[in-house]
Amino acid sequence: MNHRELHAAKQRVKNILFRSVAIIGLLFAVSVLVLLLVNVLQDGIGRVNWQFITSYPSRHAEKAGIIPGLVGTLYMVLLTALMAVPVGIGAAIYLEEYGTRNWLARLIEINIANLAGVPSIVYGLLGLGLFVRFLSLDRSLIAGSLTMSLLIMPVIIISTREAIRSVPNGLREASFAVGATKWQTIWHHILPISFPSILTGIILAVSRAIGETAPLITIGALTYVTFLPNKLESPFTILPIQIFNWVSRPQTEFHENAAAGIIVLLVFTLLLNSLAIILRNRFSR
Amino acid sequence: MYKVETREVNLYYGDNRALKSVTMGIDENKVVAMIGPSGCGKSTYLRLFNRMNDMIPGVRVEGEVLINGKDIYNGKIRVEEIRKRVGMVFQKPNPFPKTIFENVAYGLRVNGITNKRFIEETVEKSLRNAALWEEVKDDLKKSALAISGGQQQRLCIARALAVEPSVILMDEPSSALDPLSSAKIEELIWELKKKYTIIIVTHNMQQASRVSDKTAFFYLGELIEYNDTKEIFTNPRNERTQNYITGRFG
Repeated sequence: MNHRELHAAKQRVKNILFRSVAIIGLLFAVSVLVLLLVNVLQDGIGRVNWQFITSYPSRHAEKAGIIPGLVGTLYMVLLTALMAVPVGIGAAIYLEEYGTRNWLARLIEINIANLAGVPSIVYGLLGLGLFVRFLSLDRSLIAGSLTMSLLIMPVIIISTREAIRSVPNGLREASFAVGATKWQTIWHHILPISFPSILTGIILAVSRAIGETAPLITIGALTYVTFLPNKLESPFTILPIQIFNWVSRPQTEFHENAAAGIIVLLVFTLLLNSLAIILRNRFSR
Repeated sequence: MYKVETREVNLYYGDNRALKSVTMGIDENKVVAMIGPSGCGKSTYLRLFNRMNDMIPGVRVEGEVLINGKDIYNGKIRVEEIRKRVGMVFQKPNPFPKTIFENVAYGLRVNGITNKRFIEETVEKSLRNAALWEEVKDDLKKSALAISGGQQQRLCIARALAVEPSVILMDEPSSALDPLSSAKIEELIWELKKKYTIIIVTHNMQQASRVSDKTAFFYLGELIEYNDTKEIFTNPRNERTQNYITGRFG
């Protein structure tokens, strides 16, 4: 075998090796997910029924349900998105389009990146100190949602900035060149073009808000709620907390409830994501 | 009085002096070509006249830039107002991802014009003046991204014409186009100079000699020579100009 053939053979082996590693990685990730799903479905699918979805929690596992958690999660996600999305997009627009690039801007940039990586429990403590105690919002829906919006805001800011940055500069120039103001350029061109990417960032951020439990436990969301939140100051619970509560009980019947709760939570997340993806595809035509 | 004029203009990118006391005057309804090697400051100079350099952080301008005798950098005139009077066509065709009609109408809409009849008439007039009307009149609702590159560039010219500027800046308008489309743009420049003052940056010597009345040669941020195009190309006074136009450097 001459040198060139040897080289080619080596490259082939490398190619096969890398491919195998990639496939193994994929199989591992997928099988863990499948295992988890199968496990949860086996345990919980029998409990998922209308009674389970519409009932309040109970001492008796077979009478217990998740309606307060489900409604609490829905309200919290809506409120969180309502607060975090406009502020996050606004901040991103400012940083990308209006702000001058100086040391202050860089400092803010670094801090936002850091905030995106701060453990969620820290946001919980912040929420407890700021919203629950200092602003006396108590352990309410609004306190929880405010805490959650702080948590997801950095993610929204970062992904929105990425989206805005990917708009070709030629379009900005074209718009300015016919006498459009900065705001007109942002409104007519930059936001519509970057909208699908911005939406993707929002989906990711909101999905995270659905799953987060720690910060809400910290600010004192309840675990046993027999009513639905009906105003911003209402105490509330969310699905993950309800699930956590059931898992930590000794009786196996409650473990089945937990598995059923997980199924509902997964479907809920899936529905929300699908909605967002449909919206995104419609706008990115 | 010159239509467009600069007096002792210096421009700095941070500490880098990109234009060195450039003084030059351009008469109304003339075509002036800016030539010179890459990085000589000709595009920077062009962008003085609609304040497009303002978008780049760290830019500082000294001296006077006058349009119709008024200094456009003195802060009293809104920059949007200047850009309405001084249109611009860029190197790469950059139509908006909207319909052909909306591309041309955009400049009117952002300036608060809502009269539908007026907008329709102006769009047609602008497309006619840009020699594009016959090709697109049945496809006005089509996306501007669906037409050819040469057509897109003429659409960009129509877009600039719609807000009725008196000066048009062209930054290598045909360098991204095929020879045929390029020739169409040149013909168009001939037509447009009846009504507009045109400043064009080009890397193409033949183009400069074909379309312009006067030519300015820039080198390292300095205006080396500025004269009638015929003179520049047949009898350059400066050695560097001669070397450049004969292709010995640049």
